[in-house]
Amino acid sequence: MAVKNDKAADRKLLNRNLAQMLKGGVIMDVTNAEQAVIAEQAGAVAVMALERVPADIRKEGGVARMSDPKMISEIQKAVSIPVMAKVRIGHFVEAQILEAIKIDYIDESEVLTPADDAYHIDKSKFDTPFVCGARDLGEALRRIAEGASMIRTKGEAGTGNVVEAVKHMRKMRTQIAEVAALLPEQLATYAKEIGAPLDLVRYVAKNKALPVVNFAAGGVATPADAALMMQLGADGVFVGSGIFKSADPKLRAEAIVKAVAYYGDPAILAGVSYGLGKAMDGIELSALSDAERLAKRGW
Amino acid sequence: MNIGVLALQGSVAEHLKMITSINKKYGAIPVKTIDELAAVDGLIIPGGESTTLRKLMDVFNLYTPVRERIVAGMPVWGTCAGLILLADRIEGERQYLGLLDVDVKRNAYGRQLDSFVDEGDFDDIYIRRVFIRAPVITRVGEGVTVLSECNGAPVAVRQGNILATTFHPEMTPRDNRVHKYFCSMIESRE
Repeated sequence: MAVKNDKAADRKLLNRNLAQMLKGGVIMDVTNAEQAVIAEQAGAVAVMALERVPADIRKEGGVARMSDPKMISEIQKAVSIPVMAKVRIGHFVEAQILEAIKIDYIDESEVLTPADDAYHIDKSKFDTPFVCGARDLGEALRRIAEGASMIRTKGEAGTGNVVEAVKHMRKMRTQIAEVAALLPEQLATYAKEIGAPLDLVRYVAKNKALPVVNFAAGGVATPADAALMMQLGADGVFVGSGIFKSADPKLRAEAIVKAVAYYGDPAILAGVSYGLGKAMDGIELSALSDAERLAKRGW
Repeated sequence: MNIGVLALQGSVAEHLKMITSINKKYGAIPVKTIDELAAVDGLIIPGGESTTLRKLMDVFNLYTPVRERIVAGMPVWGTCAGLILLADRIEGERQYLGLLDVDVKRNAYGRQLDSFVDEGDFDDIYIRRVFIRAPVITRVGEGVTVLSECNGAPVAVRQGNILATTFHPEMTPRDNRVHKYFCSMIESRE
């Protein structure tokens, strides 16, 4: 039994470590092998395989589900970088299927239609690592307690509007600073207020950081957006519709990779932003009703 | 003594922290530019995605200066992706720096589910080794010393001023002995 526990602890560490290897990188949404190769050649650290990018899910409506394993396998064969794929919130069987085809990372994602309106997947039961969205510290620590090895902001996917991702990243930083300033006897009450497990709140208080990597996601459309998220403290960036819904995906993908590596250098940022062609169409957030806001999915 | 970590992508912060943990007097320098490279006495090429690192080194003109420094004798240590960039031959891919006489195969153990942790000898110490989507060294040249093995295959090698590991000593934060080994390579040169 002791051996089994050691193995579980090793697995947890290895899964968090893989996310650490992706730091400073860009993870791109792709819908076929050809796009995956473009992403890899542009310098993506990983790809997210899905059938429709969030902008199309938003436009076309209907139930959005896990992608066909055939399409995911084709992408796995086409590239050497890690391949991620999305499952619906709470849909643990979709996750079992992705584990069976040896996906490198599972995104339990609000971009797909939730399958359970009360519970997220018990991610600790899986050997495959999970990334989950979080709008604030409480949500992040709940997901980590369930077994997530990586966190990302929950910016409004498919809008090309970065405002929500910025809000989540700032909120997370503010709350981490708050926790770090508390006295030990105040932590239990704080944990209760944000709905997070006390042991993880204690970890954050001591280390002034989440126990896992935190990427930016949702609404990133330009190199400037990506660098903005990095300067706000993101460890890396997911780009969904932003690349393959733009006028020149290859050029934009490369530009975003460079912007994330040199996020603090305005001269380089100016250079890579030059003549990229049209960005994806954007949506003003106030034009979305509550029901259309994907970030509200998840609990 | 200044030790640089190539800071384009990957486990940069982890390596920097390990160096600082050895000796507060060591400068731990993130290296993104030619000027920063000029200020270091040794360089770590961290774990990350080798495809991303080689792309960024090309675009930001770091290939030639990094290669020239290594050829001139600067100690360098590649972990995982860093090893791939240093190797003379990469299965199915064009070589990059091509300075270390080994053949490597990327992601040779499989996918993330096949990542693993074990323990083994490294030089004259016994360490925990973290392998994440690790490459395998399939052949080593004559001038290459094997410092560590896993199931009979080399997982740490040294050729003069070049050290390379397929595993990630930066991911075992309580044990900085492999980092100490690299620091002693720099010190013995000075």
